[in-house]
Amino acid sequence: MERTALPRRLKWQLGRVVDIVDETPRCRSLALDVPGWTGHTAGQHVDVRLRAEDGYQAQRSYSIASPPEERRITLTVERLDDGEVSPYLTDVLQVGDQLELRGPIGGYFTWRVADGGPLLLIAGGSGIVPLMAMLRHRAAQRSTVPARLLYSSRAFDEIIYRQGLAQLAEADPTLMVTHTLTRRQPPDWAGYGRRIDRAMLAEVAWPPSEQALAFVCGPTALVETVASALVELGYAALRVKTERFGPSGGTA
Amino acid sequence: MTSDEQHLDGNAAGGVLGQIFAFETTTAEVICANCDAVGPIGAAVVYATAMGTIVRCPGCGEALIRIAHGPQRYWVDFSGTRLMQLSTAE
Repeated sequence: MERTALPRRLKWQLGRVVDIVDETPRCRSLALDVPGWTGHTAGQHVDVRLRAEDGYQAQRSYSIASPPEERRITLTVERLDDGEVSPYLTDVLQVGDQLELRGPIGGYFTWRVADGGPLLLIAGGSGIVPLMAMLRHRAAQRSTVPARLLYSSRAFDEIIYRQGLAQLAEADPTLMVTHTLTRRQPPDWAGYGRRIDRAMLAEVAWPPSEQALAFVCGPTALVETVASALVELGYAALRVKTERFGPSGGTA
Repeated sequence: MTSDEQHLDGNAAGGVLGQIFAFETTTAEVICANCDAVGPIGAAVVYATAMGTIVRCPGCGEALIRIAHGPQRYWVDFSGTRLMQLSTAE
């Protein structure tokens, strides 16, 4: 289920949008039915390609938010105002429309329950998406691998999967979710209120002696700050896996 | 934003490499022809544009793989990679 039966080269294929959910004012989840989808592993992404009638093409990478246990795949897309692809996906695309994609892609930034832990997940903004797939996979497998998530958002209403994360954490004493809000905090906010730094990681992350497996995903600056701070704190560089978004993708 | 903002992780090359290779490439280990560093492509540094994709060694910065995109074709330059080990395990 999680792995393809035979090695195969990736091909572009068509998926159909079967559901759309608004996650935040800027983010939308698109559930896709992709005929012949061979399954994926939590953490993987797909490339999405848009083609204009004049032949112009643009493509971007989007992480898969849904766990391998679900038959359809869900992408969560953040609208970038100057983006070429994301405004179409968040504003124009409707249920029933088709979308061209190739995937699943990437065996490196992935986690399966059998990979063990403890897990340290660190996200900035829409960097939560592949990590949510890991947490959903973990929950679907009723795994008790201890997990901690540190999630940086700009403001309360920009926290993606806010309720879903709260529900996962509430039902599971082995999962700890910590938020930081970097721009605006509600009056009664009990979480952190600054960018992730080494001091915050020292408080929230597993001690290095636990030999945790770390996944860091978000904007380049956050990923580099976190990855170097974790190594300074004593994490083995090989156990810190990163996925940078960069400014706009542009992946071919 | 500096030009450093443009770089991504090796995963970002997984799509185009996945069209070329039948086996998983982001976990494939490569040896840099310039500095002999060994590591998975997923941990390399990727610069991707509509024109092409460059995978660079995280140690010395030399290009391990260059892929240029043209109409109905890719040009693939592996001269910066001394050796690549792909897992065939499923």
